[in-house]
Amino acid sequence: MNEELSSDPSYDPWAYLRRATTARIALGRTGDSLPTQRVLEFALAHARARDAVHAHLDIESLMSQLGDPSTVVVQSQAQSRAQYLQRPDLGRCLAAESRALLLPGAYDAALMLADGLSAQALQAQGAALAKLISVSPAWRFAPPVIAQQARVALGDEIAEALGVKLVVVLIGERPGLSANDSLGAYLTYAPKAGVRKDSNRNCISNIRPDGLPFEEAAKRILAMIALARKLKCTGTLLKEDEALALEAAPLEAYPTKPVAL
Amino acid sequence: MPYVSPIAGTRYVFDDLRTLLARASPARAGDRLAGLAASSDEERVAARMVLADVPLKQFLSEALIPYEEDDVTRLIIDSHDASAFATISTLTLGALRDWLLSDEATTEALKALAPGITPEMAAAVSKLMRNQDLILAARKISNVTKFRTTIGLPGRLSVRLQPNHPSDDVAGIGAAILDGLMYGCGDACIGINPATDSAARALLLLERIDELRERFDIPIQSCVLAHVTTTLQVMEKRGPVDLVFQSIAGSQAANDAFGVSLAMLDEAHDAARALKRAPDGANLMYFETGQGAALSAEAHHGVDQQTMEARAYAVARRYHPLLVNTVVGFIGPEYLYNGKEIIRAGLEDHFCGKLMGLPMGVDICYTNHAEADQDDMDTLLTLLGVAGCTYIMGVPGADDIMLGYQSTSYHDALYARSVLGLRPAPEFEAWLMKMGIMDGAGRVRPRLDGGAAKLLGSS
Repeated sequence: MNEELSSDPSYDPWAYLRRATTARIALGRTGDSLPTQRVLEFALAHARARDAVHAHLDIESLMSQLGDPSTVVVQSQAQSRAQYLQRPDLGRCLAAESRALLLPGAYDAALMLADGLSAQALQAQGAALAKLISVSPAWRFAPPVIAQQARVALGDEIAEALGVKLVVVLIGERPGLSANDSLGAYLTYAPKAGVRKDSNRNCISNIRPDGLPFEEAAKRILAMIALARKLKCTGTLLKEDEALALEAAPLEAYPTKPVAL
Repeated sequence: MPYVSPIAGTRYVFDDLRTLLARASPARAGDRLAGLAASSDEERVAARMVLADVPLKQFLSEALIPYEEDDVTRLIIDSHDASAFATISTLTLGALRDWLLSDEATTEALKALAPGITPEMAAAVSKLMRNQDLILAARKISNVTKFRTTIGLPGRLSVRLQPNHPSDDVAGIGAAILDGLMYGCGDACIGINPATDSAARALLLLERIDELRERFDIPIQSCVLAHVTTTLQVMEKRGPVDLVFQSIAGSQAANDAFGVSLAMLDEAHDAARALKRAPDGANLMYFETGQGAALSAEAHHGVDQQTMEARAYAVARRYHPLLVNTVVGFIGPEYLYNGKEIIRAGLEDHFCGKLMGLPMGVDICYTNHAEADQDDMDTLLTLLGVAGCTYIMGVPGADDIMLGYQSTSYHDALYARSVLGLRPAPEFEAWLMKMGIMDGAGRVRPRLDGGAAKLLGSS
């Protein structure tokens, strides 16, 4: 055995295989167990993910980033993080006092910025992405709605209250060990509160600096909501490729996932 | 028929068997979410006291989901083995618990009983059992299956090597497979969850693993855990499909939500047999299940999530699978909130599956929004090792970079085998020795001067 490599317990002699994957391989060993360094690395990644799940949204900061004084702040019926995590049904319903804040107006689309499972993700990129979307020429957006303890379907009720035909939900995704700042965008045409059909939505996920950058995500969302207006639907009938093909300017191919060899 | 509690004080009435089972179930998030859980600890124990006096025969006459509406109920009733049931037919549920823990309930007796146990009986008796009871009874049960390795022998703990990659990259998956083999894992199967549901990609991955297997004469079986319809396409192209995989649940409507039916599984099972990749009588199917699946599809029919889970095992046993495992903490905290709930559910699922005759493994796992961590997984892993769990998952560093959850690692498998004196499947163990990956003392300590070096050279 190669003595030099085997003397470092934090690697196995086949550590060169790590170039092929981001999976935690060739971690080394002490007896049958993980080396101390590896245990701590994992613990740190998990701690960050846990912190992201439980982080509070800083509403003031998000509002100032949005720079829109008409922004509305609402709550779901979930009273706490613990309740939010155990009762997704409550996260899909507006608190009574929040509903009263939402009034129809001269607009046809809504934008909900939701904490979801990572307030950090929304805090980091939500406002910048929202500003790029709300300028869509295809739609007249209502003032942005910031929603706390929110699930995706809360956007349906918000859209109904505002009397709009389309809702774009930007929501913090469930943190993983490798990324805790990932934002998802869900597009729903003709949303109806209480009718949960995920096949009627389109989703763009993994929006983060090391995944899909928010500028690129905005291009995709704009293309898709423009096509949604023409097709009068979102969901399985609305294909992202077709939406992008309709765009006049050719877009740089930007995979959300690493390209397979 | 209403069931009334005998305890002094509050009078508890449970409208039917379905309600009684739900109220008797140990506390968990999914039953609270569904509005089925007991409203107090006292009500829960009152329900258990009533349940203990229910005759087992009642389970054969009071269907939880109507026979006419649900093909899983029909499967349960129509395949029930009355002669196997005869030995316990006069017992109440409480007496069944006593019998399971008694000296009379030997490995042979439990084996003979399995076809007479319905999922509802298994779930119900588990609600009367403490964790140690679930461990003790399960440990006595031996359900052995075979493909290229023999799985589930006493004193053995197998591992599914799970080398997932976010884009199904062949080199990335290959690196994780080699790492896992060097850690003595893979004797249950090499099982890849594909990132895309592509028959072409599944075929490519299966072909590559088959090349590796043949080149190094490794006693393993492989599986790409694609939807059964995708695997059927791969088999149509004569792809090297060892095992047909499918996620299943405990009601027809829930299976429908998975896009699967019994007829479809029958077809896939026949197609796998026709490939003749294993000796006659080999087990050809692989199923995954998990508490909460039916509720999340709104297909639970007012039945508690643990009973729905056991009903999925009735679907599984129709096909004499090589492998069945619950993915116990994967679904999230709205079904199993914390380490305590996940640990309990893992022990229940393992016991119920074993009692029904299945080669039960467990994906011991959690997500980042559950109140659980590696310590909880260590606890459950150790308990399941003691309980004689058939197999666990081996995920590099416990971190699945494709599915985004934490399971057990290659190192965890070595830990469990080491502290409990468990060994890999015999054929695989012999191969590990031959390759110089396992030493003479049965420890995984690869020497890189022989077969293992050649194996690594294949990367």
